Amino acid sequence: MELLQHIGLEQNLLTIVLVSALPLVFILLYALVTLYLEMKVSAHIQDRLAYMRTGWHGVLQPFADILKLLQKEDTVPAAADRFLFKLAPFVVFAGTYAGFAAIPFSSAYIGSNINLGVFFIIAASSLVVIGILMGGWASNNKWSIFGAIRSAAQMVSYEIPTALAILIAVMITGSLNLQEVTQYQSGGIQNWVVFGGSLPLTQKLLILPFTLLTFFILFIASIAEVNRTPFDLPEAESELVQGFNTEYSGMRFAMFYLAEYANMFLVSAVAVSLFLGGWSSPFGEALSGPLWDLFWFVAKGMFLVFVQIWIRWTLPRLRVDQLMYTSWKVLTPFLFLCVFAVGLILVL
Amino acid sequence: MDPVRTYFRNIWLALSSIAIGMRITMKHLFVPSVTVQYPDVKLKLPERARNRLYVNIDDCIGCDQCSMACPVDCITIETIKSTPDQDLGVTSTGHKKRLHVPKFDIDIAKCCYCGLCVYPCPTECIVMTDVYEFSEFDRNNLIYNFSVMTPAEVETARVKAKKAEEEAAAKKAAAAAAPKPAPPASPPPVPPTEPT
Repeated sequence: MELLQHIGLEQNLLTIVLVSALPLVFILLYALVTLYLEMKVSAHIQDRLAYMRTGWHGVLQPFADILKLLQKEDTVPAAADRFLFKLAPFVVFAGTYAGFAAIPFSSAYIGSNINLGVFFIIAASSLVVIGILMGGWASNNKWSIFGAIRSAAQMVSYEIPTALAILIAVMITGSLNLQEVTQYQSGGIQNWVVFGGSLPLTQKLLILPFTLLTFFILFIASIAEVNRTPFDLPEAESELVQGFNTEYSGMRFAMFYLAEYANMFLVSAVAVSLFLGGWSSPFGEALSGPLWDLFWFVAKGMFLVFVQIWIRWTLPRLRVDQLMYTSWKVLTPFLFLCVFAVGLILVL
Repeated sequence: MDPVRTYFRNIWLALSSIAIGMRITMKHLFVPSVTVQYPDVKLKLPERARNRLYVNIDDCIGCDQCSMACPVDCITIETIKSTPDQDLGVTSTGHKKRLHVPKFDIDIAKCCYCGLCVYPCPTECIVMTDVYEFSEFDRNNLIYNFSVMTPAEVETARVKAKKAEEEAAAKKAAAAAAPKPAPPASPPPVPPTEPT
């Protein structure tokens, strides 16, 4: 509600609804751009061209895709649990969208400036698992339930490295509120948590390897959290026929898709806010101000989304046991080491 | 190797191979694409590409050799003998045309593009061109009629040929009625001898 005070509007129901709908507008625009980006990047990585015939270099293709999804029949399998089946995509999207409430898009805009921001995001995005399980179970289809169960196992396992990595950033910045975390990192690229935060020089040099490692692990874990390749076991087209969304069509399928894309940005936004200085400009005071802040935030977020796409079109899918091995035997022990080391250095 | 070293070695191998892979994909992101945007841009066909058949009917002498060579029987040819009073001209290769060709149909849907019909043609009038865009909605449109004779011309030619045939038959009958000269005694067949 900072924005309301900032632009001097009265706090009433209409303005509250409008302001809380801003992230939705952002997500829809972002989804269009990312749909296009994903197809173009994947094509060029494979030396292809992707869409070329709908508008200039196919820029209208995302609109065409959405139009197609809108007019598709909304089918429900005869043996499905109708209520849960219809509810699931919205639960998934609601879980993702709730996470956006605590994301500071700019120094002037954060949906809800609560003290437990990051904690709230972790909690709200757990709702996504429930939605996916719901969809998989209600579809009454073996592929769907396999996908849903894998998804639950994966998300629960990878929430631990994610939470530990977030914990390290919180230890350094001393706040769970992402707006405060971002303010702590303002003042230039050298103050970003990934480069040791604004600590004295000796401490900074000591902490640097651990923060870099933590950021790296957080990024890996967040890819797993959003079910993207190489951790796309719940969807696994080749073995599970799209997993939990096998039976979905039309707008409900689009809802899952939108949630996946929104989730990609959400995890990138959390990583950016905690480690890459959030909305703060990398050049200190230069190029800052509410709109510049928004630009920096979106640019950093989109960069991480691009890296996610890049990884997706580079690596093949992991096996289930490899997935669990990575989480429990590699990422988690290394993060324990980092938590210990960072704690020790901060006490010094 | 002891398990601790294996563990760290595995992590190192995973990370380094991911780095190599990502470097390759990033490089390919900026490599010009190999896609040819087909209807707008077309690849040059090889010089001897075999595609749609074309018949230059002016040069056809109706010898039926292409039809006989065809392994899938997609060429149908009908011919009518010309009468001595008709001059059908010569082909561009200098062969004299003795037959009308009222029907020269190629069912290109059956064609297997082997090119076997092209080689026996004495006048080189059946050729494979480089045209490959000839899809149709109705399969019957893929039967190409190369004959240029109108139905009236075909009818005239047919009547004339029939008349000539009847005359020839009549002549033969007359000849048969007349006393037959003794056939020349053919020498007995000589068995082939071994080459010395």
